[in-house]
Amino acid sequence: MFSIENILNSFHEWLSSMLNQNMVMLLEMTLIAFFAITLFATLGLVLVYLERKVSAFIQIRKGPNRVGPFGIFQTTADTLKLIVKESFMPNSVDKFLYQLAPFIVMITAMLLLAPLPFARGVQIWNINIGVFYVTAVSSLSVIGILMAGWASNNKYSLLGAMRSGAQIVSYELSAGMAILSIIVLTGSLNLQDIIASQENGWWIFKGHIPAIVAFVIYIIAVTAETNRAPFDLAEAESELTGGFHTEYAGMRFALFFLAEYINIFIVCAIGATLFFGGWMPFHIGNWEAFNHVMDFIPSSIWFFGKTFFLIILIMWFRWTFPRLRVDQLLNLEWKYLLPISMLNLLVMTLIAIKGWHF
Amino acid sequence: MGSGSLIALIFAAVVFSAGGLAFAKFLNKGSTNPQKGETYECGIRTEGSPWNQFNVGYYLFALIFLIFDVELVFMYPWAVVAKKVGMMALFEIIVFIFILFMGFLYAHKKGALKWM
Repeated sequence: MFSIENILNSFHEWLSSMLNQNMVMLLEMTLIAFFAITLFATLGLVLVYLERKVSAFIQIRKGPNRVGPFGIFQTTADTLKLIVKESFMPNSVDKFLYQLAPFIVMITAMLLLAPLPFARGVQIWNINIGVFYVTAVSSLSVIGILMAGWASNNKYSLLGAMRSGAQIVSYELSAGMAILSIIVLTGSLNLQDIIASQENGWWIFKGHIPAIVAFVIYIIAVTAETNRAPFDLAEAESELTGGFHTEYAGMRFALFFLAEYINIFIVCAIGATLFFGGWMPFHIGNWEAFNHVMDFIPSSIWFFGKTFFLIILIMWFRWTFPRLRVDQLLNLEWKYLLPISMLNLLVMTLIAIKGWHF
Repeated sequence: MGSGSLIALIFAAVVFSAGGLAFAKFLNKGSTNPQKGETYECGIRTEGSPWNQFNVGYYLFALIFLIFDVELVFMYPWAVVAKKVGMMALFEIIVFIFILFMGFLYAHKKGALKWM
Protein backbone atom coordinates (compact mmCIF):
# COMPACT_ATOMS: atom_id res chain seq x y z
CA MET A 1 0.00 0.00 0.00
CA PHE A 2 1.06 3.56 -0.62
CA SER A 3 2.02 4.98 2.78
CA ILE A 4 4.58 7.29 4.34
CA GLU A 5 6.19 4.33 6.06
CA ASN A 6 6.85 2.57 2.74
CA ILE A 7 8.19 5.72 1.13
CA LEU A 8 10.58 6.27 4.04
CA ASN A 9 11.74 2.65 4.01
CA SER A 10 12.37 2.57 0.28
CA PHE A 11 14.13 5.93 0.51
CA HIS A 12 16.39 4.49 3.21
CA GLU A 13 17.13 1.43 1.07
CA TRP A 14 17.79 3.57 -1.97
CA LEU A 15 20.26 5.69 0.00
CA SER A 16 21.94 2.60 1.47
CA SER A 17 22.42 1.11 -1.98
CA MET A 18 24.19 4.23 -3.22
CA LEU A 19 26.29 5.44 -0.30
CA ASN A 20 28.20 3.87 2.58
CA GLN A 21 26.71 3.61 6.05
CA ASN A 22 28.20 6.72 7.62
CA MET A 23 27.16 8.91 4.74
CA VAL A 24 23.60 7.54 4.93
CA MET A 25 23.48 8.28 8.62
CA LEU A 26 24.85 11.78 8.15
CA LEU A 27 22.39 12.49 5.37
CA GLU A 28 19.47 11.16 7.37
CA MET A 29 20.48 13.24 10.38
CA THR A 30 20.56 16.33 8.19
CA LEU A 31 17.14 15.42 6.85
CA ILE A 32 15.79 14.98 10.38
CA ALA A 33 17.17 18.37 11.37
CA PHE A 34 15.62 19.90 8.28
CA PHE A 35 12.29 18.17 8.98
CA ALA A 36 12.33 19.34 12.61
CA ILE A 37 13.04 22.96 11.65
CA THR A 38 10.30 22.89 9.01
CA LEU A 39 7.85 21.39 11.47
CA PHE A 40 8.77 24.03 14.04
CA ALA A 41 8.27 26.93 11.67
CA THR A 42 5.03 25.55 10.24
CA LEU A 43 3.56 24.70 13.63
CA GLY A 44 4.48 28.12 14.97
CA LEU A 45 2.71 29.85 12.09
CA VAL A 46 -0.34 27.56 12.17
CA LEU A 47 -0.83 27.52 15.93
CA VAL A 48 -0.55 31.27 16.40
CA TYR A 49 -3.05 31.81 13.59
CA LEU A 50 -5.31 29.13 15.04
CA GLU A 51 -5.18 30.68 18.48
CA ARG A 52 -6.15 34.09 17.16
CA LYS A 53 -8.96 32.66 15.07
CA VAL A 54 -10.28 30.48 17.92
CA SER A 55 -10.20 33.39 20.36
CA ALA A 56 -11.95 35.58 17.80
CA PHE A 57 -14.58 32.91 17.26
CA ILE A 58 -15.21 32.61 21.00
CA GLN A 59 -15.40 36.37 21.49
CA ILE A 60 -17.61 36.81 18.40
CA ARG A 61 -14.98 38.84 16.54
CA LYS A 62 -13.47 38.33 13.12
CA GLY A 63 -9.87 37.94 14.17
CA PRO A 64 -7.06 38.52 11.65
CA ASN A 65 -8.69 39.06 8.24
CA ARG A 66 -6.60 41.62 6.33
CA VAL A 67 -3.32 39.97 5.36
CA GLY A 68 -4.12 37.41 2.69
CA PRO A 69 -7.37 35.44 2.38
CA PHE A 70 -8.93 35.02 5.86
CA GLY A 71 -5.79 36.59 7.27
CA ILE A 72 -3.72 33.45 6.84
CA PHE A 73 -0.54 35.47 6.26
CA GLN A 74 -1.00 37.43 9.47
CA THR A 75 1.48 35.31 11.43
CA THR A 76 3.97 35.48 8.57
CA ALA A 77 3.77 39.26 8.79
CA ASP A 78 4.17 39.07 12.58
CA THR A 79 7.24 36.89 12.18
CA LEU A 80 8.71 39.41 9.74
CA LYS A 81 8.09 42.14 12.30
CA LEU A 82 9.82 40.11 15.02
CA ILE A 83 12.82 39.49 12.77
CA VAL A 84 13.36 43.11 11.83
CA LYS A 85 12.97 44.26 15.43
CA GLU A 86 16.16 44.76 17.37
CA SER A 87 16.68 42.03 19.97
CA PHE A 88 18.58 44.29 22.31
CA MET A 89 19.92 43.43 25.73
CA PRO A 90 19.52 45.66 28.81
CA ASN A 91 22.74 46.74 30.54
CA SER A 92 22.23 45.11 33.89
CA VAL A 93 21.50 41.53 32.80
CA ASP A 94 23.69 38.48 33.36
CA LYS A 95 24.83 38.39 29.75
CA PHE A 96 25.75 34.71 29.42
CA LEU A 97 22.62 33.24 31.02
CA TYR A 98 20.39 35.82 29.35
CA GLN A 99 21.58 34.69 25.94
CA LEU A 100 21.63 30.99 26.82
CA ALA A 101 18.04 30.78 28.11
CA PRO A 102 16.18 30.87 24.76
CA PHE A 103 18.49 28.17 23.45
CA ILE A 104 17.74 25.88 26.40
CA VAL A 105 14.01 26.30 25.92
CA MET A 106 14.28 25.68 22.18
CA ILE A 107 16.52 22.63 22.54
CA THR A 108 14.13 21.12 25.07
CA ALA A 109 11.17 21.65 22.77
CA MET A 110 13.10 20.20 19.84
CA LEU A 111 14.29 17.12 21.76
CA LEU A 112 10.71 16.28 22.64
CA LEU A 113 9.97 15.65 18.97
CA ALA A 114 12.16 12.53 18.96
CA PRO A 115 9.79 9.86 20.32
CA LEU A 116 6.55 11.22 18.79
CA PRO A 117 4.88 8.75 16.43
CA PHE A 118 3.60 11.01 13.64
CA ALA A 119 2.05 8.22 11.58
CA ARG A 120 2.22 4.46 11.20
CA GLY A 121 5.92 3.64 11.37
CA VAL A 122 7.00 7.29 11.23
CA GLN A 123 9.01 8.13 14.31
CA ILE A 124 12.36 9.84 14.65
CA TRP A 125 13.58 7.61 17.46
CA ASN A 126 11.69 4.49 18.52
CA ILE A 127 12.95 4.55 22.11
CA ASN A 128 11.70 1.84 24.48
CA ILE A 129 11.19 4.28 27.38
CA GLY A 130 9.37 6.84 25.23
CA VAL A 131 6.90 8.12 27.83
CA PHE A 132 9.57 8.34 30.50
CA TYR A 133 11.82 10.24 28.07
CA VAL A 134 9.06 12.75 27.42
CA THR A 135 8.38 13.39 31.12
CA ALA A 136 12.09 13.65 31.84
CA VAL A 137 12.98 16.02 29.01
CA SER A 138 9.89 18.19 29.31
CA SER A 139 10.80 19.07 32.89
CA LEU A 140 14.10 20.53 31.63
CA SER A 141 12.34 23.52 30.11
CA VAL A 142 11.78 24.92 33.61
CA ILE A 143 15.56 25.43 33.82
CA GLY A 144 15.45 27.67 30.77
CA ILE A 145 12.57 29.66 32.21
CA LEU A 146 14.22 30.11 35.62
CA MET A 147 17.45 31.06 33.84
CA ALA A 148 15.66 33.70 31.77
CA GLY A 149 13.87 35.12 34.80
CA TRP A 150 16.91 35.27 37.01
CA ALA A 151 19.33 36.57 34.39
CA SER A 152 17.05 39.43 33.36
CA ASN A 153 17.74 41.26 36.64
CA ASN A 154 14.17 42.48 36.73
CA LYS A 155 11.64 41.93 39.49
CA TYR A 156 8.83 41.07 37.12
CA SER A 157 10.96 38.48 35.40
CA LEU A 158 12.14 36.88 38.62
CA LEU A 159 8.61 36.68 40.05
CA GLY A 160 7.29 35.22 36.82
CA ALA A 161 10.07 32.65 36.68
CA MET A 162 9.62 31.60 40.30
CA ARG A 163 5.89 31.24 39.87
CA SER A 164 6.43 29.30 36.69
CA GLY A 165 8.92 27.03 38.41
CA ALA A 166 6.60 26.28 41.34
CA GLN A 167 3.72 25.70 38.95
CA ILE A 168 5.51 23.47 36.46
CA VAL A 169 7.06 21.22 39.09
CA SER A 170 3.77 20.92 40.99
CA TYR A 171 1.64 19.98 38.03
CA GLU A 172 4.25 17.59 36.71
CA LEU A 173 3.27 15.21 39.51
CA SER A 174 -0.37 14.80 38.60
CA ALA A 175 0.47 14.69 34.89
CA GLY A 176 2.91 11.88 35.72
CA MET A 177 0.25 10.03 37.73
CA ALA A 178 -2.24 10.33 34.87
CA ILE A 179 0.35 8.97 32.45
CA LEU A 180 1.17 6.14 34.87
CA SER A 181 -2.42 4.97 34.94
CA ILE A 182 -2.20 4.29 31.19
CA ILE A 183 1.21 2.65 31.59
CA VAL A 184 -0.32 0.25 34.14
CA LEU A 185 -2.85 -0.79 31.50
CA THR A 186 -0.35 -1.26 28.68
CA GLY A 187 2.63 -2.54 30.64
CA SER A 188 5.06 -0.77 28.33
CA LEU A 189 6.70 2.64 28.11
CA ASN A 190 7.21 2.42 24.36
CA LEU A 191 4.85 4.75 22.51
CA GLN A 192 4.44 2.30 19.62
CA ASP A 193 3.44 -0.48 22.04
CA ILE A 194 0.96 1.85 23.71
CA ILE A 195 -0.60 2.63 20.34
CA ALA A 196 -0.62 -1.05 19.35
CA SER A 197 -2.49 -1.88 22.55
CA GLN A 198 -5.33 0.42 21.41
CA GLU A 199 -6.02 -1.51 18.24
CA ASN A 200 -9.50 -2.57 19.39
CA GLY A 201 -10.45 0.77 20.93
CA TRP A 202 -8.86 3.80 22.54
CA TRP A 203 -7.97 3.73 26.22
CA ILE A 204 -10.31 6.58 27.03
CA PHE A 205 -13.20 4.30 26.01
CA LYS A 206 -11.72 1.00 27.14
CA GLY A 207 -10.51 2.10 30.57
CA HIS A 208 -13.89 3.00 32.08
CA ILE A 209 -14.21 6.04 34.37
CA PRO A 210 -10.61 5.99 35.74
CA ALA A 211 -9.30 6.58 32.21
CA ILE A 212 -11.59 9.57 31.77
CA VAL A 213 -10.55 10.95 35.18
CA ALA A 214 -6.90 10.44 34.21
CA PHE A 215 -7.50 12.26 30.93
CA VAL A 216 -9.14 15.24 32.66
CA ILE A 217 -6.28 15.43 35.16
CA TYR A 218 -3.75 15.18 32.34
CA ILE A 219 -5.34 18.01 30.37
CA ILE A 220 -5.52 20.28 33.43
CA ALA A 221 -1.93 19.46 34.36
CA VAL A 222 -0.47 20.05 30.91
CA THR A 223 -2.37 23.33 30.57
CA ALA A 224 -0.58 24.41 33.73
CA GLU A 225 2.75 22.96 32.62
CA THR A 226 2.73 24.92 29.38
CA ASN A 227 1.88 28.11 31.30
CA ARG A 228 -1.40 28.58 29.46
CA ALA A 229 -4.36 30.54 30.78
CA PRO A 230 -6.10 29.95 33.22
CA PHE A 231 -2.71 28.99 34.71
CA ASP A 232 -0.65 31.70 32.98
CA LEU A 233 0.63 33.22 36.24
CA ALA A 234 4.15 33.09 34.92
CA GLU A 235 3.41 35.88 32.46
CA ALA A 236 0.21 37.32 33.87
CA GLU A 237 0.08 40.46 31.72
CA SER A 238 -1.95 42.51 34.16
CA GLU A 239 0.42 41.84 37.07
CA LEU A 240 3.87 41.14 35.70
CA THR A 241 3.75 42.81 32.24
CA GLY A 242 5.52 39.92 30.48
CA GLY A 243 6.59 37.57 33.25
CA PHE A 244 9.88 35.80 32.69
CA HIS A 245 10.35 37.29 29.20
CA THR A 246 9.72 40.93 30.13
CA GLU A 247 13.27 41.90 29.18
CA TYR A 248 13.37 39.90 25.98
CA ALA A 249 12.69 41.56 22.65
CA GLY A 250 12.69 40.74 18.97
CA MET A 251 13.97 37.36 17.89
CA ARG A 252 14.83 36.16 21.42
CA PHE A 253 11.24 36.74 22.48
CA ALA A 254 10.07 34.97 19.33
CA LEU A 255 12.07 31.90 20.33
CA PHE A 256 10.33 31.74 23.72
CA PHE A 257 6.99 32.27 22.08
CA LEU A 258 7.62 29.56 19.50
CA ALA A 259 8.85 27.07 22.10
CA GLU A 260 5.68 27.68 24.10
CA TYR A 261 3.47 26.77 21.15
CA ILE A 262 5.60 23.76 20.24
CA ASN A 263 5.28 22.56 23.84
CA ILE A 264 1.50 22.79 23.55
CA PHE A 265 1.66 20.69 20.40
CA ILE A 266 3.89 18.11 22.05
CA VAL A 267 1.84 17.65 25.21
CA CYS A 268 -1.30 17.37 23.10
CA ALA A 269 0.39 14.82 20.86
CA ILE A 270 1.38 12.77 23.91
CA GLY A 271 -2.15 13.06 25.31
CA ALA A 272 -3.59 11.96 21.98
CA THR A 273 -1.17 9.03 21.88
CA LEU A 274 -1.92 7.83 25.39
CA PHE A 275 -5.66 8.32 25.55
CA PHE A 276 -6.84 8.52 21.93
CA GLY A 277 -4.57 6.00 20.28
CA GLY A 278 -2.15 8.30 18.42
CA TRP A 279 -2.25 7.37 14.74
CA MET A 280 -4.51 4.39 15.40
CA PRO A 281 -7.81 4.84 13.54
CA PHE A 282 -11.08 4.68 15.45
CA HIS A 283 -11.67 0.97 15.98
CA ILE A 284 -14.47 -0.72 17.87
CA GLY A 285 -13.72 -4.18 19.25
CA ASN A 286 -14.10 -6.77 16.50
CA TRP A 287 -16.37 -4.91 14.12
CA GLU A 288 -14.27 -5.95 11.14
CA ALA A 289 -16.13 -3.98 8.48
CA PHE A 290 -16.25 -0.76 10.49
CA ASN A 291 -12.57 -1.03 11.42
CA HIS A 292 -11.63 -1.65 7.82
CA VAL A 293 -13.52 1.42 6.63
CA MET A 294 -11.74 3.51 9.27
CA ASP A 295 -8.36 2.20 8.09
CA PHE A 296 -8.85 4.00 4.79
CA ILE A 297 -8.25 7.37 6.47
CA PRO A 298 -4.45 7.81 6.58
CA SER A 299 -2.82 7.41 9.99
CA SER A 300 -1.14 10.83 9.86
CA ILE A 301 -4.55 12.48 9.49
CA TRP A 302 -5.76 10.63 12.58
CA PHE A 303 -2.72 11.73 14.54
CA PHE A 304 -2.89 15.39 13.59
CA GLY A 305 -6.67 15.43 13.88
CA LYS A 306 -6.59 14.18 17.46
CA THR A 307 -3.70 16.45 18.39
CA PHE A 308 -5.41 19.52 16.99
CA PHE A 309 -8.63 18.56 18.72
CA LEU A 310 -6.77 18.65 22.04
CA ILE A 311 -5.00 21.89 21.11
CA ILE A 312 -8.33 23.55 20.37
CA LEU A 313 -9.63 22.22 23.69
CA ILE A 314 -6.72 23.90 25.50
CA MET A 315 -7.30 27.13 23.56
CA TRP A 316 -10.94 26.96 24.51
CA PHE A 317 -9.92 26.83 28.20
CA ARG A 318 -7.97 30.04 27.78
CA TRP A 319 -11.00 32.05 26.76
CA THR A 320 -13.43 30.37 29.16
CA PHE A 321 -11.84 30.42 32.60
CA PRO A 322 -10.51 33.43 34.52
CA ARG A 323 -6.93 33.32 35.76
CA LEU A 324 -6.30 31.66 39.13
CA ARG A 325 -4.44 33.28 42.01
CA VAL A 326 -1.13 31.67 42.90
CA ASP A 327 -2.47 30.20 46.18
CA GLN A 328 -5.55 28.81 44.41
CA LEU A 329 -3.30 27.34 41.78
CA LEU A 330 -1.13 25.50 44.29
CA ASN A 331 -4.18 24.43 46.33
CA LEU A 332 -5.79 22.95 43.25
CA GLU A 333 -2.74 20.83 42.58
CA TRP A 334 -1.71 19.75 46.07
CA LYS A 335 -5.09 19.42 47.77
CA TYR A 336 -7.26 18.15 44.92
CA LEU A 337 -5.48 16.89 41.82
CA LEU A 338 -2.64 14.99 43.50
CA PRO A 339 -4.78 12.95 45.98
CA ILE A 340 -7.40 12.32 43.30
CA SER A 341 -4.80 11.16 40.78
CA MET A 342 -3.19 8.86 43.38
CA LEU A 343 -6.54 7.26 44.18
CA ASN A 344 -7.35 7.06 40.50
CA LEU A 345 -4.08 5.26 39.85
CA LEU A 346 -4.94 2.66 42.49
CA VAL A 347 -8.40 2.08 41.00
CA MET A 348 -6.86 1.81 37.57
CA THR A 349 -4.32 -0.73 38.84
CA LEU A 350 -7.15 -2.85 40.26
CA ILE A 351 -8.97 -2.71 36.91
CA ALA A 352 -5.81 -3.58 34.98
CA ILE A 353 -4.89 -6.52 37.22
CA LYS A 354 -8.41 -7.94 37.34
CA GLY A 355 -8.74 -7.44 33.58
CA TRP A 356 -12.00 -5.53 33.91
CA HIS A 357 -11.16 -3.20 31.02
CA PHE A 358 -12.37 -4.08 27.54
CA MET B 1 17.14 6.25 13.58
CA GLY B 2 18.79 5.69 16.91
CA SER B 3 20.07 8.07 19.54
CA GLY B 4 22.01 9.90 16.83
CA SER B 5 18.78 11.66 16.05
CA LEU B 6 19.08 13.53 19.35
CA ILE B 7 22.31 15.10 18.13
CA ALA B 8 20.52 16.03 14.91
CA LEU B 9 17.66 17.61 16.86
CA ILE B 10 19.96 19.59 19.18
CA PHE B 11 21.86 20.73 16.11
CA ALA B 12 18.60 21.76 14.44
CA ALA B 13 17.50 23.75 17.51
CA VAL B 14 20.84 25.54 17.77
CA VAL B 15 20.96 26.29 14.04
CA PHE B 16 17.37 27.53 14.05
CA SER B 17 17.84 29.79 17.08
CA ALA B 18 21.31 31.06 16.22
CA GLY B 19 20.38 31.49 12.57
CA GLY B 20 17.32 33.51 13.48
CA LEU B 21 19.27 35.70 15.89
CA ALA B 22 22.09 36.25 13.40
CA PHE B 23 19.62 37.11 10.64
CA ALA B 24 17.85 39.59 12.93
CA LYS B 25 21.22 41.09 13.85
CA PHE B 26 22.11 41.38 10.17
CA LEU B 27 18.85 43.18 9.35
CA ASN B 28 18.93 45.52 12.30
CA LYS B 29 21.97 47.49 13.40
CA GLY B 30 20.14 49.07 16.35
CA SER B 31 20.51 52.51 17.89
CA THR B 32 22.19 53.78 21.03
CA ASN B 33 20.40 55.73 23.69
CA PRO B 34 21.32 56.13 27.38
CA GLN B 35 17.83 55.20 28.55
CA LYS B 36 17.58 52.15 26.31
CA GLY B 37 19.53 49.73 28.43
CA GLU B 38 17.71 50.43 31.68
CA THR B 39 15.74 47.72 33.44
CA TYR B 40 12.06 47.81 32.55
CA GLU B 41 9.86 49.01 35.39
CA CYS B 42 6.74 50.71 33.99
CA GLY B 43 8.43 54.06 33.58
CA ILE B 44 9.95 54.61 37.00
CA ARG B 45 13.57 54.01 37.99
CA THR B 46 14.16 50.53 39.41
CA GLU B 47 14.94 50.33 43.12
CA GLY B 48 17.37 47.77 44.45
CA SER B 49 18.33 44.48 42.91
CA PRO B 50 16.08 41.44 42.47
CA TRP B 51 19.11 39.21 43.09
CA ASN B 52 18.24 39.11 46.74
CA GLN B 53 16.48 36.98 49.33
CA PHE B 54 13.28 35.50 48.05
CA ASN B 55 10.01 34.22 49.51
CA VAL B 56 10.62 30.84 51.17
CA GLY B 57 7.16 29.54 50.16
CA TYR B 58 8.41 28.56 46.72
CA TYR B 59 11.27 26.51 48.18
CA LEU B 60 8.91 24.58 50.47
CA PHE B 61 6.88 23.53 47.45
CA ALA B 62 10.07 22.60 45.65
CA LEU B 63 11.10 20.38 48.58
CA ILE B 64 7.76 18.56 48.71
CA PHE B 65 7.89 18.22 44.95
CA LEU B 66 11.27 16.55 45.20
CA ILE B 67 9.89 13.84 47.50
CA PHE B 68 6.93 13.13 45.25
CA ASP B 69 9.00 13.24 42.09
CA VAL B 70 11.37 10.60 43.40
CA GLU B 71 8.30 8.57 44.26
CA LEU B 72 7.02 9.01 40.72
CA VAL B 73 10.33 7.86 39.25
CA PHE B 74 10.12 4.79 41.49
CA MET B 75 6.60 4.07 40.26
CA TYR B 76 7.50 3.92 36.55
CA PRO B 77 9.19 0.49 36.69
CA TRP B 78 6.41 -0.66 39.00
CA ALA B 79 3.74 0.42 36.51
CA VAL B 80 5.40 -1.54 33.70
CA VAL B 81 5.30 -4.85 35.58
CA ALA B 82 2.16 -4.29 37.70
CA LYS B 83 -0.11 -6.26 35.38
CA LYS B 84 2.22 -9.27 35.31
CA VAL B 85 2.85 -9.36 39.07
CA GLY B 86 -0.86 -9.24 39.86
CA MET B 87 -2.58 -8.45 43.16
CA MET B 88 0.72 -8.36 45.06
CA ALA B 89 1.77 -5.29 43.06
CA LEU B 90 -1.43 -3.49 44.00
CA PHE B 91 -0.97 -4.36 47.67
CA GLU B 92 2.62 -3.16 47.67
CA ILE B 93 1.84 0.12 45.97
CA ILE B 94 -1.00 0.75 48.42
CA VAL B 95 1.47 0.39 51.29
CA PHE B 96 3.96 2.61 49.45
CA ILE B 97 1.44 5.34 48.68
CA PHE B 98 -0.01 5.09 52.20
CA ILE B 99 3.37 5.83 53.79
CA LEU B 100 3.97 8.73 51.40
CA PHE B 101 0.50 10.04 51.96
CA MET B 102 1.15 10.12 55.71
CA GLY B 103 4.17 12.31 55.00
CA PHE B 104 2.05 14.46 52.75
CA LEU B 105 -0.57 14.84 55.52
CA TYR B 106 2.20 15.77 57.97
CA ALA B 107 3.44 18.49 55.62
CA HIS B 108 -0.11 19.70 55.20
CA LYS B 109 -0.67 19.74 58.99
CA LYS B 110 2.56 21.70 59.50
CA GLY B 111 1.27 24.32 57.07
CA ALA B 112 3.85 23.74 54.34
CA LEU B 113 1.14 23.72 51.70
CA LYS B 114 -0.44 26.95 52.88
CA TRP B 115 0.47 29.93 50.72
CA MET B 116 1.91 32.82 52.77
